[in-house]
Amino acid sequence: MILQVYDLTKRFGGLQALSDVTFDLHTGEILGLIGPNGAGKTTLFNVINGVYTPERGRVSFRGEDITGLPSYDVARLGLARTHQVVRPLHELTVRENVMVGACYGREKHSLKEARRLADGSLDKVGLLDRGDQPSGSLNVSQKKRLELARALAARPYLLLLDEVLAGLNPSEIASMMDTVRAIREDGISILMIEHVMQAIMSISDRILVLDYGTLIATGAPEEVANNPQVIEAYLGDPNMTARLLAE
Amino acid sequence: MKVWQKPGFWLPLVIVLVWGGAVLLIHQDTMRESAFVLLMAVGLASSLNILLGYTGYVSFGHIVFFGLGGYTGFYLLSEQGWPLFASAIGGGLLSAFIAGLVGLAVLRLRGAYFALATIGINEAARAFVSNFEPYGGATGMFVNFSAYQKYGGPGPALWTTFTFLWITTMVVLVASYLVKHSRFGLGLLAIREDEDAAMVMGVKAPKAKTITYVISAFFPGVIGTLYFFKNGNIEPGDAFQLHMSIEMLVMVMLGGMGTVMGPLVGAVGYQWLRGYLLTSPIFKDLHLAVAGAMLLVIILFVPAGLVGWVRNHVQRLQKVLE
Repeated sequence: MILQVYDLTKRFGGLQALSDVTFDLHTGEILGLIGPNGAGKTTLFNVINGVYTPERGRVSFRGEDITGLPSYDVARLGLARTHQVVRPLHELTVRENVMVGACYGREKHSLKEARRLADGSLDKVGLLDRGDQPSGSLNVSQKKRLELARALAARPYLLLLDEVLAGLNPSEIASMMDTVRAIREDGISILMIEHVMQAIMSISDRILVLDYGTLIATGAPEEVANNPQVIEAYLGDPNMTARLLAE
Repeated sequence: MKVWQKPGFWLPLVIVLVWGGAVLLIHQDTMRESAFVLLMAVGLASSLNILLGYTGYVSFGHIVFFGLGGYTGFYLLSEQGWPLFASAIGGGLLSAFIAGLVGLAVLRLRGAYFALATIGINEAARAFVSNFEPYGGATGMFVNFSAYQKYGGPGPALWTTFTFLWITTMVVLVASYLVKHSRFGLGLLAIREDEDAAMVMGVKAPKAKTITYVISAFFPGVIGTLYFFKNGNIEPGDAFQLHMSIEMLVMVMLGGMGTVMGPLVGAVGYQWLRGYLLTSPIFKDLHLAVAGAMLLVIILFVPAGLVGWVRNHVQRLQKVLE
């Protein structure tokens, strides 16, 4: 068990963003996290990796309690993430961006080592030839890949992916999915938020469904897709689900 | 490639080395005085750049470290009879220590809030020193004449002070380069670009910012001691002049923030312009107004500064101008 989340509760003023969220993530698993807009998915990521402190509950990562730890300490334990809204370090080159991940991630590399590692992860996401470009000059799809490369260079045990497929065209989605699968092959566990349904249904081992901050279903993709509560909360039209799964 | 083989590293150093060396060789008092003012500006601007240029945090009151360090060094030298070198280091260490304490509290603030807090610190330090008896209160201190005797009288003492300043300036430039091109510096640049994203990648931003603040406060303390020893007296009105803080910012922005060469170019360029304005009959009372207008124009039209602009437009010079 690489990640255990127990009874996690987070509120912003009067808004209950997360209530009593409990789940486990098995080592080597791809766990999908879905839910309507505003369900609290990104908030859950932010609480897990230490950007926010929860009001109640516990997060334990590889057996260690990381609840309330600042985000940089969480990162150094081997938990990396990408952002839904990409956050490249604009003035730095693509390679330097990735080197930050390598230098300050789990293995704390020297600059020289980091440069070598950065090229490795740039190659993995297909950005190697852009290494010397300023990161601000990339397009959206490339920036998403840069986020991924940066997270990979930290050599994490667990990767949180926040909508890496959003805004990509179908062929970009297909190649990004291959990249995600390849990452899992390398032994990295993945928790991913996604709105592109066919993609998340086909790539995930299990799916969590969040609605108004509450976990309403957990299970294999087919189970979740046929769960009446999920259909009502999220997919709306049951026939559409069937159609999506058929594609 | 070793660092001393990189032009970005040695070019600014060689400029200062030759310049100060020439002044020492020619041995002319007026030349020394103008070189003193210029080298001091280079040292102060480069120190500020280590914070401003690499972390993006704007310290409006950076002159406080020049004042506090200068006062402390002056006190050690004149009242306690310490040698100049030890006093200057003492002044620097005090500034660094204060920066460490202040940094822990103030660096939690971001953007405009941090800038405002630094002004407050400068004013608080001025008020404190004005009422602090060991430092002479509001009237300040005059140098104990025996302090000059160690260096063979006032004349040679001024040359010794100049030599110290010259070396200090080169040390600041080396420190600036080494910080920028280290693993630590990469973390700072990440903070500058996006502090939250940097922290998510594992950069310990609070600690890194505090260390940087300490480094950038140490050198102004050393330079302050040398400057006030050269002047022979120190008083609160001279030590904590807010407009000098603003001028430091103009120099960094003019030359190019976040570059090693920028503050050198900016400081010399600004001081040259200032000298011209102060002696011109039309502008002599307006030099600060011109500085302010210049800051505005730079930020609006050439935010990268001179060195940054050249770097962005001439590919071949990127390796030369760091």
